Amino acid sequence: MSDMIVLNDVTKSFLSDRSIKNKDGKPHWFTAVEPTSLSIQQGEIFGLMGYSGAGKSTLLRLINMLERPDSGQVIVDGTDLTQLSASDLRIARHNMGMIFQQFNLMSNRTVFDNVAFNLTVSGYPSRDIHKRVMDCLDIVDLTDRASHYPAQLSGGQMQRVGIARAIAPSPKVLLADEPTSALDPATTRSLLTCLRDINEQLGVTIVIVTHEMSVIRRLCHRAALLHQGQLLEVADIRDGLIQATTPIGQGLVYED
Amino acid sequence: MLTGAELSASIDKLFELRKEIWKAFVDTFIMLGISTTVAILIGGLFGIFLFLSSDRQFLQNKSLYGVLGGITNFMRAFPFVILMIAMSPFTKAIVGTGIGPIAASLVLAIAGSFYFARLVEQNLREVPRGIIEATESMGASPFTIIKVLLNEARSGLVLSVTILCISLLSYSAAAGMIGGGGLGDLAIRYGYYRYQTEVMVFIVIMLSIMVISIQGLGNLLATRLDKR
Repeated sequence: MSDMIVLNDVTKSFLSDRSIKNKDGKPHWFTAVEPTSLSIQQGEIFGLMGYSGAGKSTLLRLINMLERPDSGQVIVDGTDLTQLSASDLRIARHNMGMIFQQFNLMSNRTVFDNVAFNLTVSGYPSRDIHKRVMDCLDIVDLTDRASHYPAQLSGGQMQRVGIARAIAPSPKVLLADEPTSALDPATTRSLLTCLRDINEQLGVTIVIVTHEMSVIRRLCHRAALLHQGQLLEVADIRDGLIQATTPIGQGLVYED
Repeated sequence: MLTGAELSASIDKLFELRKEIWKAFVDTFIMLGISTTVAILIGGLFGIFLFLSSDRQFLQNKSLYGVLGGITNFMRAFPFVILMIAMSPFTKAIVGTGIGPIAASLVLAIAGSFYFARLVEQNLREVPRGIIEATESMGASPFTIIKVLLNEARSGLVLSVTILCISLLSYSAAAGMIGGGGLGDLAIRYGYYRYQTEVMVFIVIMLSIMVISIQGLGNLLATRLDKR
């Protein structure tokens, strides 16, 4: 198995809001990601897990450079994204789909147009777009909702549109930022099945951020356990159990 | 109460003035048409850049935002009448004359642009940040992101155009001062200076009908466009 995503000593800090200052009066920088190295294999479902403020979402957003790391390398499919020009980065992003906790669908476009939009942006041949959109809606079982607007859908349906939109240009990587956190348990289960099918049938590498242990147990092959910006360990998941070895990691895993 | 004889006398007076009233209608439509169109284009662009240069947006730039915002505030601080006088050398240079509906349109367009710029900025700010992020994550170009923003904000933008248009209609009454003509000017000249109350009443009713129609059309269109 080859590496699909490699993070080399990436770091990221943010300027705190103005009310928080250091003792010397200078602005306070909050470190979201301490130096972190990680590699994720092709075809893997990899979890990023931790409590709020652990830096898991920031780490995910470093992978497609929605956040630019302060230092370190982000290598996806053999290319160091930190070295790319703005236009080359846009091309590299066609190879990475992303889904979000709040779905982030365009509310003034139909389900069909939301999916078609990503294909147009990715430079998909326009005569093939219709078929590709319908194929992707078929994968997430929503062909009958193609002409609906997002506001007419349930949360689970909206997230499935998000998935169809993300996988439409056949990316090698799918980044999922708390995709089930706004959904009820039953919807979560069917969504996880959908993600697993996409991984198994299309071979898409999935990186998923979640604070729900059950999501990691059901879906992931391996998971990084994060705490206050630090990577504690990368745990294997065997027989639906997270094999944590560090004390804090075990605390994270068994508290749930 | 108005007696029948008084009413028919008033109607006769209005009929005598039909050419003036018609010209005032035409002038008002010229001023409104030119100034609204120009204000949408200039103000729209200005508003987009105001938004994009603001905090956490992809052209984020404190000094650019400061300059654009400063210009906008400065221009909006001008009372319309003073702006008209201050701009007269400029309008002369561009349209060849400082008076008339075309010259007035230019002043209206400038005043409207900066007003509209703020409305556009405010509307774009209401588009959820996540939608911009999702579009960015697809590898969309800045131009495509702007198109998405405008499309998501379209119903608010239509209402803003409605407000702009009605404000310009009311500003255009003051344009009479530089010979801009139009309905408001006619109401002042005949209704106020010449004590012809019926002209005043008639024009105010006409203006009200215009405002109601513009607002109604704007509301209808905004509702149709809103799929949120």
